[in-house]
Amino acid sequence: MAEKITLSKKDRLSVAWRSTFLQGSWNYERMQNGGWCFAMIPAIRKLYPNKEEQKAALKRHLEFFNTQPFVASPVLGVTLALEEERANGAPVDDVAIQGVKIGMMGPLAGVGDPVFWFTVRPILGALGASLAMTGNILGPILFFVLFNVIRWAFMWYTQEFGYRAGSKITEDLSGGLLQKITKGASILGMFVLGALIQRWVSINFKPVVSTVKLDDKAFIHWSELPAGGEGIQQAFMQYTSGMSLTPEKVTTLQSNFDSLLPGLMPLLLTLLCMWLLKKNVSPIVIILGLFVVGILGHLVGLL
Amino acid sequence: MSVVSMILVLVVAFLAGVESVTDEFQFHQPLVACTLIGLVTGNLEAGIVLGGSLQMIAMGWANIGAAIAPDAALASVASAIILVLGGQGTAGVSTAIAVAIPLAVAGLFLTMIVRTLSVACVHRMDAAAENADLKGVQMWHIIAIIMQGLRIMIPAAALLFIPAATVQGFLESMPAWLTDGMAIGGGMVVAVGYALVINMMATKEVWPFFVIGFCLAAISNLTLIALGAIAISFALIYLKLSESGGGNGGGGNVGDPLDDILNDY
Repeated sequence: MAEKITLSKKDRLSVAWRSTFLQGSWNYERMQNGGWCFAMIPAIRKLYPNKEEQKAALKRHLEFFNTQPFVASPVLGVTLALEEERANGAPVDDVAIQGVKIGMMGPLAGVGDPVFWFTVRPILGALGASLAMTGNILGPILFFVLFNVIRWAFMWYTQEFGYRAGSKITEDLSGGLLQKITKGASILGMFVLGALIQRWVSINFKPVVSTVKLDDKAFIHWSELPAGGEGIQQAFMQYTSGMSLTPEKVTTLQSNFDSLLPGLMPLLLTLLCMWLLKKNVSPIVIILGLFVVGILGHLVGLL
Repeated sequence: MSVVSMILVLVVAFLAGVESVTDEFQFHQPLVACTLIGLVTGNLEAGIVLGGSLQMIAMGWANIGAAIAPDAALASVASAIILVLGGQGTAGVSTAIAVAIPLAVAGLFLTMIVRTLSVACVHRMDAAAENADLKGVQMWHIIAIIMQGLRIMIPAAALLFIPAATVQGFLESMPAWLTDGMAIGGGMVVAVGYALVINMMATKEVWPFFVIGFCLAAISNLTLIALGAIAISFALIYLKLSESGGGNGGGGNVGDPLDDILNDY
């Protein structure tokens, strides 16, 4: 037999880079098949010099494929290893290759979606957005750089891992590792979500519940303060010693809610949204509905 | 707006369009797209603030399986352009957000159309494969990508040709009760994104962690990074404790999937 054909690191890097465009021709018929084939082309070119073999390989890799785009990388790695064996004469048939692709894409999407779309991106996004909302350029930069470093490192290393492990990876993946990653990600995600709801959902109920006249010594008597800087100094000293700025203590509906549990209303609103979503109400309808509630609530003086 | 700025805006729009389908570099995320448009038009700060606010709303928008999320690309690009044309700076952010939401729906329909058109591209790829034409297969994939880019670039170009005075006039004609009300709505809308994410992740087992996170967040001294560190620690402790007998050894840093894979390497 002739010399063994192997895929060089350059070939594998080329496949990894092309897999960045995996979803480019995402379509309703076979979903990511075009992008998958596009990514495999450097390998096909290297492994199969013969036209007939190229044709068979192209057709083989235009079959249905769909998963979370980053976790396609380990599948690509394994497929590269299988194709390499096949090109060197091992009896790897079309069914085996398709079987590996289909067998891996489901469980991997089950990890990729919660880990990347529901943990890594929302958390980095929230971190970046909380900086950006104050006009800080670090927000977008942090989000963009961190996300892409994580993404590219994940894609390259898992593709290499898949390539080296070959078909053995399927056994590894069925082990406890996947479940652990998914559970770890959802614990992290839920914790941070709880925090985000508390911090970033804002509802402010305006109605005044009570107005209590304060004791004469409990508020700052502005008219009795000396003029100029000294007056300001005294005002601040009185304020920090706990005196009120106004002669009345105004309690709004909001401060009552906050004394029960800060962020109670945002929490209830989120639970309501979850319930509506479970009832198959479209998120867009809920979003538009909340805008309407905001406008109407503001008009009647509730919000 | 200068010609150079306009061209750069269109480049950003194209990238956002491509990315909203490939979902890799995240150019379509509001945080990135709005900032870039702000940058190339000289409205950096307003762009960043708009990006941050929209990002909070677009939090849970993700393409899962064959389901397609509201389109962050058109929402961010178009609302950023309107913000720039409106010339109100950061003051115009809450109005721009309200404009962005219907655009996200419009973008969703546009991407569905392009994804259907891509079926034709894939059939051309089949034909090219029949002739072992590697270049042909690549070309049709790239054409499909370009279609997705144009999907955002064309509406962006259309918006650029509306005179700034028209946009300003429109924005200024909006009464205060409407813009204030929309700003209030914008504060609540964030909850929808969180609800989407929670519905995907919640199991009985992980709800307590949600409660802990919610309560700890009331301590305003804790930054988001500190909260994240606490969350990772909780996840590690929980996984360690729930590990029943031996398992696969090492099992160190589970919060980070990459580390796990590297450990097993």
